[in-house]
Amino acid sequence: MSAQLTILRAGPSMTLQDMGRPGHLALGLSCGGASDRLALAEGAALLGQPTDTLALEMAALGGEFQASEDTRIALTGAPMRVTIDGETVVWNASHRLPAGARLTIGAATAGCYGYLHVGGGFAPDPFLGAGSAHLSAGIGALLQDGEALAIGTDKGRETNRVIDIEDRFQGGEVRLTPSFQTHLFGKAELGRLQSEPLHRAARANRMGVALIPDGGGYHIEGGRNVVSEIVLPGDIQVTGDGTPFVLMVECQTTGGYPRIGTVLPCDLPRVAQAPAGAELRFRFVDLEEAVELEHADAQRRAELGKHCRPLIRDPHLMRDLLSYNLIGGMVAGNEDIEGI
Amino acid sequence: MTQSSHAFPMIRTGGVDGLLVSFGDRLSEPANRAALAFRAAIEAEGWDGVEETSSTLVSCFVRFDPLHLPHDVLQSKVNTLLKHRNWFDAALPEGRRFWSIPTVYGSDLAPQLAQAAMAAGMSEAEAETSLSNARVRVQALGFSPGQPYLGELPEAWDIPRQSQLTDRVPKGALVVAIRQFVLFGVSAPTGWQHVGQTAINLFQPDADDPILLRPGDEVQFTATDAGSLNNMRGDPNGGATYETLK
Repeated sequence: MSAQLTILRAGPSMTLQDMGRPGHLALGLSCGGASDRLALAEGAALLGQPTDTLALEMAALGGEFQASEDTRIALTGAPMRVTIDGETVVWNASHRLPAGARLTIGAATAGCYGYLHVGGGFAPDPFLGAGSAHLSAGIGALLQDGEALAIGTDKGRETNRVIDIEDRFQGGEVRLTPSFQTHLFGKAELGRLQSEPLHRAARANRMGVALIPDGGGYHIEGGRNVVSEIVLPGDIQVTGDGTPFVLMVECQTTGGYPRIGTVLPCDLPRVAQAPAGAELRFRFVDLEEAVELEHADAQRRAELGKHCRPLIRDPHLMRDLLSYNLIGGMVAGNEDIEGI
Repeated sequence: MTQSSHAFPMIRTGGVDGLLVSFGDRLSEPANRAALAFRAAIEAEGWDGVEETSSTLVSCFVRFDPLHLPHDVLQSKVNTLLKHRNWFDAALPEGRRFWSIPTVYGSDLAPQLAQAAMAAGMSEAEAETSLSNARVRVQALGFSPGQPYLGELPEAWDIPRQSQLTDRVPKGALVVAIRQFVLFGVSAPTGWQHVGQTAINLFQPDADDPILLRPGDEVQFTATDAGSLNNMRGDPNGGATYETLK
């Protein structure tokens, strides 16, 4: 029997996610996949496996887990409180989770979406080429207490690596390109979008994130009778009452509310990870700059492995060095240098 | 529209990796046929760097990789293809079907019939007659898997979307606005008004062909009562039947 990770206690919004299933817009199915694709890539880099490996996405709150065999894990995305058998371990790092040990992941201390990756990945049950849940389309389901997730064959060995990441967990600047209906908004409204702060509203999920503009709703003439048109993840839709929504990875594929702009794919993780109340500032860039930014981002993601380094353990985090070593089963003390 | 206007076909970019070729700024049959036919033509071209295409009510959408297919190169290919023919007189797709989908109008199953009827200047009974007699066509799939936009309804149904979203309509909800129906494949928020309820499953992931309706199919939402609809819930198609159009 292959290795399994059992969910002893599931957080309220946990799903399996990968890079989603692109190519089905014509059926009305959006790509879906991880809300923070960079976090997916960071976990894959830590474990030395393909970016499209299925990982566990945890919104706001983690859960409690136990593996049937010694398993490599990585933790990325929104930092969450995490322990293995009561010992705090480092986020944005890979670790060895011994068979039977209890992995406890608590609430996010910043950001929204945390990720638990396993060496070999969770074994997908593919539908239209991917294993990710797409709840708004009725594909897959929220993970529940007691579920045992099959783990694929792990070809890697390295653990105890940490990755240097870009903080994207408290809002900040987000770059836009024009959308199909940007021209329908007046100069004043487009100027306001780029000068006033907008705050992330409480209402947010994998489909969309509502924003609260300081200066009230955005106005568009005749905005309620625009012909329904294709929707892209990152589009900022303005509903009839003027509320802007950033449409996220699991968005609808078409919609009739006008879109004032589209968040660059490389900045979408920053929107996904912005906690309620966080300030977001928007800025339009021209298409040429947008393509360059995406190019640079693709290169950075391809080279994430270069940002991984051995994890030097902080003795302050260890309750007792001796018990730590016993629990880790690493009496030879070679864990710290593994992975160089 | 538009057909006579010099503005269409119109090419717009959306995001960093999307190109939209629109054949009108409001729904019309020629624009819809042009969008379906132009999408089929781009698919047949098989250009490198094009990642997928789809058609919406009046547009053909192309998602591409701008790192490998520059914007200006794609735009020039699209412009050349647009000049090949008059896309507005393209034929409808082959193999179309005529569906009859049992629908409960009004009642607590579809609580916005009264307000939609008022917006259209009709009594509830007149609204039910008007909507259940209309023979509409699937113009595009979108929003959620297999979910159709259908039209075009009589002019009285040119009613706007609501200014605030309804929190949630159930799967199978028939909603109306701007002379169109949308039949919901999932439970979702919407700005359209919920006038009818069906038992159809538009997306059947385990079926060989997971999508029930296709662009070009014609549909009549025939009136039924709540008891009969309940009996049809055991059928994945919710009592819907079709005949092939010759």
